[in-house]
Amino acid sequence: MEIGDRSPVLQISGLTVAYKHGRIWQEAVRDFSLTIEAGQTVGLVGESGSGKTTAAMAVMGYLGENGRITQGDIIFNGRSLRDLGPKEMSRIWGRQINLVPQDPQSALNPSMRIQEQLAEPLRQHLGMNKKEANERAITLLEMARVPDPLRVAQSYPHQISGGMQQRVMIALALSTEPRLLILDEPTTNLDVTTQAAILDLFADLIRERDTAVLYVTHNLGVVANICDSVSVLYAGEQVEAAAAGKLFAQPIHPYTQGLMASVPQLGENKAQIQLQAIPGQIPALGERPSGCVFAPRCAVALDICGERPSLDEWADGRLARCHRWPEIVAGEITPVPAKTGTAVTQAQSGETLLKAADVQVWFPVNRSLLDSLTRQPKEQVKAVDSVSLTINRGETLGLVGESGSGKTTISRAIIGLSPRTGGKIELLDTELPPAVRQRDKNILRHLQYVFQNPEEALNPYMTVGETLRRPFMTLRGMSKKEADTAVIQLLADVRLPADYAQRRPGQLSGGEKQRVAIARAFATNPDLLIADEAVSALDVSVQASILNLLNDLQAEHNNALLFISHDLSVIGYLADKIAVMYAGKLMELAGAELLFHPPWHPYTEALLSAIPRINPAEQQEPIRLKGDVPSQINLPGGCPFHPRCLRYLGDICATETPPWQKLPGGKRIFCHIPARELEAAQKRTRNVFRSDT
Amino acid sequence: MNTISPIQQSTPASGKRPVLIFLRQLYAKPASAVGATIFLAFVFLALFGPFLAPYGENEQVYADARQPPSAEHWFGTDNLGRDVFSRTLLGARDILVLAGMGTLLAVVAGTFFGLLSGYRGGWFDELFMRFFDSLLAMPALLLALLLLGLLGPNENSVMLVLVIVYTPIVARVVRSVVLSTKSKGYVEAAQIQGESQSHILFREILPAVTPALTVEAALRFSYAIFLVASLGFLGIGVQPPSANWGLMVSEGRAYVEQLPWALFFPAAAIALLVIGVNLMADGLRRVWERR
Repeated sequence: MEIGDRSPVLQISGLTVAYKHGRIWQEAVRDFSLTIEAGQTVGLVGESGSGKTTAAMAVMGYLGENGRITQGDIIFNGRSLRDLGPKEMSRIWGRQINLVPQDPQSALNPSMRIQEQLAEPLRQHLGMNKKEANERAITLLEMARVPDPLRVAQSYPHQISGGMQQRVMIALALSTEPRLLILDEPTTNLDVTTQAAILDLFADLIRERDTAVLYVTHNLGVVANICDSVSVLYAGEQVEAAAAGKLFAQPIHPYTQGLMASVPQLGENKAQIQLQAIPGQIPALGERPSGCVFAPRCAVALDICGERPSLDEWADGRLARCHRWPEIVAGEITPVPAKTGTAVTQAQSGETLLKAADVQVWFPVNRSLLDSLTRQPKEQVKAVDSVSLTINRGETLGLVGESGSGKTTISRAIIGLSPRTGGKIELLDTELPPAVRQRDKNILRHLQYVFQNPEEALNPYMTVGETLRRPFMTLRGMSKKEADTAVIQLLADVRLPADYAQRRPGQLSGGEKQRVAIARAFATNPDLLIADEAVSALDVSVQASILNLLNDLQAEHNNALLFISHDLSVIGYLADKIAVMYAGKLMELAGAELLFHPPWHPYTEALLSAIPRINPAEQQEPIRLKGDVPSQINLPGGCPFHPRCLRYLGDICATETPPWQKLPGGKRIFCHIPARELEAAQKRTRNVFRSDT
Repeated sequence: MNTISPIQQSTPASGKRPVLIFLRQLYAKPASAVGATIFLAFVFLALFGPFLAPYGENEQVYADARQPPSAEHWFGTDNLGRDVFSRTLLGARDILVLAGMGTLLAVVAGTFFGLLSGYRGGWFDELFMRFFDSLLAMPALLLALLLLGLLGPNENSVMLVLVIVYTPIVARVVRSVVLSTKSKGYVEAAQIQGESQSHILFREILPAVTPALTVEAALRFSYAIFLVASLGFLGIGVQPPSANWGLMVSEGRAYVEQLPWALFFPAAAIALLVIGVNLMADGLRRVWERR
């Protein structure tokens, strides 16, 4: 980074943005201030409804018809953006300010080749001719480390993967060398290994260019890794701001503290640590308190918190909007108890409950009439291929994998919603029929499922009570009256008030819906509960309370839990045993504590190193995978991971199925490389990395 | 944790019956308010027409034959001396009952087949949908002509024609909603909870179909009115001397130059009712979309 011009590129002061709702203007962002200098990356962190995207869009001037800036100013390069007309703005957009959006798919024009899309702003803003622009487009793709840029340039957006699309968006955003770049959750829709590669790219490109960056995200780990300073938003209010390192080392505002305590860090397990959920939920736009917006959920709120606190600078560059910061800084009060210490009550592991052996779920690929006439071989999508698992009573098995790994499909095969096409699944030595419709009620009541999306998990036309009493009646043979009494107890079990029985799903928040869905699954007191990404659609502060709830219910009922997630930190927290899946196959099986120590399967190693940590000192050696998850129609032979493996041995990986290596402690690795060699090599890379930093 | 608090009876926010809320929403926009008013007015006429009509359906007053509209005969009289006002009024019941019953039966049959076909899928779905496609391939009026030729022209045949012509269309609409609903978590959850197929179809999936279904039913109804009138006009539906609007237009056609009122008023009644029902269908769609 050169030390030269340190004048701020972007200066937001007292920004208030309101949306018109019916006849009322409601403030989505209130009195927000921020300064970004050249070469600086500032993170804007918050949950959904915090106003972080609204603030970023106000800078872009994209507020929509019902939104407007009511107060404050946005000064870019010494000029106020507030008073600029659309014509002047369009000269700044795309030239000096650029945006990388969350969803590259909808931002790219599906009917234009990548090269044309890249060339367009170059011709418009930089006055290049067609040939120059096209050549420059290729250079830009190379800069964004797109492999085979000539081929990608000639592709349409749907022909390349999501990670590649986001690289194109980055190339596009940097093509005019903008002074300010706004990144709106640019990696949220990507897998962790892809996210890691994209974050590396950002870091390098920004460092080279001296661009000012506003990075909007909900992911604390990403912010800690990429940002110089951070602003935390809650319910439209800036509650805390500081340099990234300092903020995460010592959060002051009760909300920031709560946020940190509700997210499990990699390697933390329920055996040692209890997550602290923030009670309550973010108030809706029209229902925000006039005083401190966080007061209703704050453990240390006083009467004075009914008045709006000011954003005070309590140390060099550290701002907090809290009446009680002096006491918090002095350590006199702790709004949120530290995560460490209390271990949670756990269920006892018992006999083998579920045994899945060589389970296959293959889907036939639709063939055209011509294919069947010409006797083309039938193609199959091997969503799950020869997966064997066992789950014991009282145990939590965490299943982790990226999109396309088959983790959801195997869980649906167990519950019977995606019938298996091969292999055996036994529950307490009884073989389960493949499809849910073939299973009798005695089997059904012992297997239950919590769906990923709470919005679709409950029938919007039924009240919560109607939904919850059904399993009691159909699977436990209760009368309607008995069922209604049982529903009240069930609601109490998932910490919901009894009058929620009269509500409809439309009147509940996402977290409450997921509680009802969990209640429904527990109505029959199942032996095995399957939770498919049960918390990934929820905000982090709500996530913790659902994880705690699952754990408490498990301790009480001693049921087994199959918990599926793409988030290794969450899996690592909740699970006793962890299974790692890739391209429909199991790669590694280990106890929760063992997974975080070498030797690992090379894929697990890459997964672990890709997760951004809040504490950068814990960051592992960067291992970045090449290429994408393979198409499941033509899976590579041998080990399915070999085309991307950084520890590729040789032909043996491509031709022969690897053995299951059994290690002490019950760890099993699906790899040709002997475990001892893996361990030595992985320790070596770790040490090299450690000495670097 | 284990204390059971008594269920608090929470009253709905507005405290009104759902029907009233629905009507209020329907009357929120002028267009749908006009539509609903026209439709309800015709329903009123169909119910109470016989008490309001000054003359009987086929009551002939020879002395007053071929009269233009007057205080005595508001819509004039036809060439047989029948009061056009009374016949138009009494015709409302004929057309509303025929078109209404036909639509209702088509909606019931279409919903049933659509639900089953969409939910079961596979060869069952293939079979029904291809059969329905073949029915849809023929123009409605042509199909109606063919069927009435086979069945003979009477009211039951007209109703049957409506059912056969509209069932496939309703089934398609229902099926498309079922396909998008059946993969939702709550339907899969019902399977896991061991619910019967009929519970899943009628309690879990059907409510999601209702919005699209009401709008479709209203649209089908307006087409049915048109079809019943057309068949009457062509002389292959309801037979004389019924006071069917289509038939009245057909009878009035011969005297259009001398007695234009005998043709105009029944034709206007058809147009007004069709427009009214269409406006109401638009309103229904808007009400459902807002929910």
